[in-house]
Amino acid sequence: MSASDILTILDLAETYAKLNRSKIKRASTLDGMTQVNMFFENSTRTQASFELAGKRLGADVMNLHVDSSSVGKGETLIDTAMTLNAMRPDLLVVRHPQSGAVDLLAQKVECSVVNAGDGRHEHPTQALLDALTIRRTKGKLEGLTVAICGDIKHSRVARSNLLLLAKLQNHVRMIGPRTLIPRVFEEFGVELFDDMEIGLHDVDIVMMLRLQEERMNGSFIPSTREYFHIYGLDEQKLAVAKPDAIVMHPGPMNRGVEIDGTLADDINRSVIQEQVEMGVAVRMAVLHLLAENKRPTPPPSNSASLLTEV
Amino acid sequence: MSRFDLILYNARLVCPNTETISHGTLAISDGHIAAVGDNIPTESGVIRHDCDNQFLAPGIIDIGVKIGEPGERHKESFGSASRSAAAGGVTTIVTRPDTTPPIDNPETLKFFLQRAHADSIVRIKPIASLTKKRAGAEISEIRLLQDAGAVAFSDCDSPIRDTRVMARCLTYCNQHDALVIGHPQEPQLSKNAAATAGSFAALMGLPTVSSLAERIGLERDMALVEMTGASYHADQITTSAALPAIERALNDGLRVSAGTSIHHLTLNEYDIAGYRTFYKVKPPLRSESDRVATIHALSKGLISVISSMHTPQDEESKRLPFEAAASGAVALETLLPAALRLYHTDGLSLPSLFRALSLNPARLLGLEGGSLTVGTPADLVLFDPDVPFTLERAQLCSKSRNTPFDGQVLQGRVLQTFVDGKEIYRAKS
Repeated sequence: MSASDILTILDLAETYAKLNRSKIKRASTLDGMTQVNMFFENSTRTQASFELAGKRLGADVMNLHVDSSSVGKGETLIDTAMTLNAMRPDLLVVRHPQSGAVDLLAQKVECSVVNAGDGRHEHPTQALLDALTIRRTKGKLEGLTVAICGDIKHSRVARSNLLLLAKLQNHVRMIGPRTLIPRVFEEFGVELFDDMEIGLHDVDIVMMLRLQEERMNGSFIPSTREYFHIYGLDEQKLAVAKPDAIVMHPGPMNRGVEIDGTLADDINRSVIQEQVEMGVAVRMAVLHLLAENKRPTPPPSNSASLLTEV
Repeated sequence: MSRFDLILYNARLVCPNTETISHGTLAISDGHIAAVGDNIPTESGVIRHDCDNQFLAPGIIDIGVKIGEPGERHKESFGSASRSAAAGGVTTIVTRPDTTPPIDNPETLKFFLQRAHADSIVRIKPIASLTKKRAGAEISEIRLLQDAGAVAFSDCDSPIRDTRVMARCLTYCNQHDALVIGHPQEPQLSKNAAATAGSFAALMGLPTVSSLAERIGLERDMALVEMTGASYHADQITTSAALPAIERALNDGLRVSAGTSIHHLTLNEYDIAGYRTFYKVKPPLRSESDRVATIHALSKGLISVISSMHTPQDEESKRLPFEAAASGAVALETLLPAALRLYHTDGLSLPSLFRALSLNPARLLGLEGGSLTVGTPADLVLFDPDVPFTLERAQLCSKSRNTPFDGQVLQGRVLQTFVDGKEIYRAKS
């Protein structure tokens, strides 16, 4: 995805953000089309966001809870995809716990596929909604210093954001325990920091990441209290950032683990609610563009991935 | 008002950092070494102590001492251990966390230090456990433990089996500039071993471990140090087979160091003859060629630290068949006399000895002291290296008296020990 592709999506998303704030939140772009949300991993907000986005554009939306479907009976991912493909959906929104799984699925179906998060690899619509939120708050999307904090190692959000932000000439820093930040990110021009008080110095944007529960007490970090002591974002640590720095979080938050509850609710600092709002708009824009450019068969892969097209 | 509180004159000053012994005087002011040399002015009103031309050296810093607190106070307490240390010229005890419960969280550590401050007459610097419960699965709260006073991290004699966990521990400790003290040992090979594999142990019919188990454990840890950049100290290197790994790591510039125990420097596998359980230590005593190689490595600087590995065990734990008996020996009090065997018979100079006993441990842990440098705390030991005596274990200050040197003739005695310039021990004349 090129910089201009990104900006096209964001511009379109702006119009949908406006629509979503109006009384009648309805467009007809996807009238008559079928959108299937296939979530191989639990997600409340992303699934709800995609469902609303599809419905507001007029699509027939079906949610497939894969936990309770034939996958449990031993069906392979490709067989599931083929079965679904035979039902002729137009748009497939897929989340999968393994990196690359969405791309594999996209190779086997004829409809458009949106990556709603695959393993540790990518979460492209999250990066896009973050970009839209930043642009609306800061008035620009280039030349900013962005610190991504926390569990980078397991984060698809971090990888997608890194690619998008770097493409638009922003400076990306990563802050977190060394057990959760692969050193090789330095090779991509990222500045790595152990210490929040240093890493947050003069940043415009602080992006917090969620610490997964299974990593809280174990061999990556000792405990949530030590983690919060060193990496939990609070007023004091944020004080070294620019005075107008904003705080983002992809959600769901662990208050008292990676972020202080009061700070998360501070409307002057936190844009976390706006991120959720922009999520629907960005997803509407993505679905819109995919539907408009319905590809001819047989298809090349068009999983909306930032990484695969670098 | 005089500048000095105490002047120790007519002493032979053993300086490990300059590798010299010189006749002179040492003056103490406000608990610190205030002046060292030949021409310290005599002032009135200062207590002057004639050292009788005996040897004055920096107090010993002993890494890896087991105190029975918490959990086994019947075996040793802060009071008994520190009196034992004082009698042995040890002025700083660096404690092991293999207590019950282990020192694996800041609350336990704070309690531990509170007890130490109440009862100990020497300095106590704690090692905290590297993983919770020393179970080798989850990292301890390294940063919070550092803030509470931990100087290093170790799971003692239960090495982390899961290599991935060990790698993460080293990565995490590296970030926090925390020293990891490893026990290089392949845990499956050494499981239940009571002796080192060899013809003697075979005749005795004891379960054994190959001396190579140490090398296997060390090679893994050296590779992990290379991978993570962490700072690592091997608690006890006792075999010649393990030495090339240390040498290679040092040549590669890795931040590693190695220690050894006084028992592995002075005793060998034949000492367990007669199934004498006071000679059962961990790792088990090695062959004579390993012992000689360990001394050689010490004089070459491959091994830089000598520890007592003081491990008190009560009579009930030792009065058992050899296989069932507990491992470990008390050694705070015998550390210096036993180490002087290396001076008398193996040609190690006194300054070199105190490098391994005081200076290197201080540098390793970033502690003040370990040398006779002006401005450092006046933690000192005055000793006579030559006087012979027969050790009687009933005379030991330790609550447990499981020493392998019982009835043996040792040469060299501690005369006086000072911490912060204050006398904490004086030998009965």
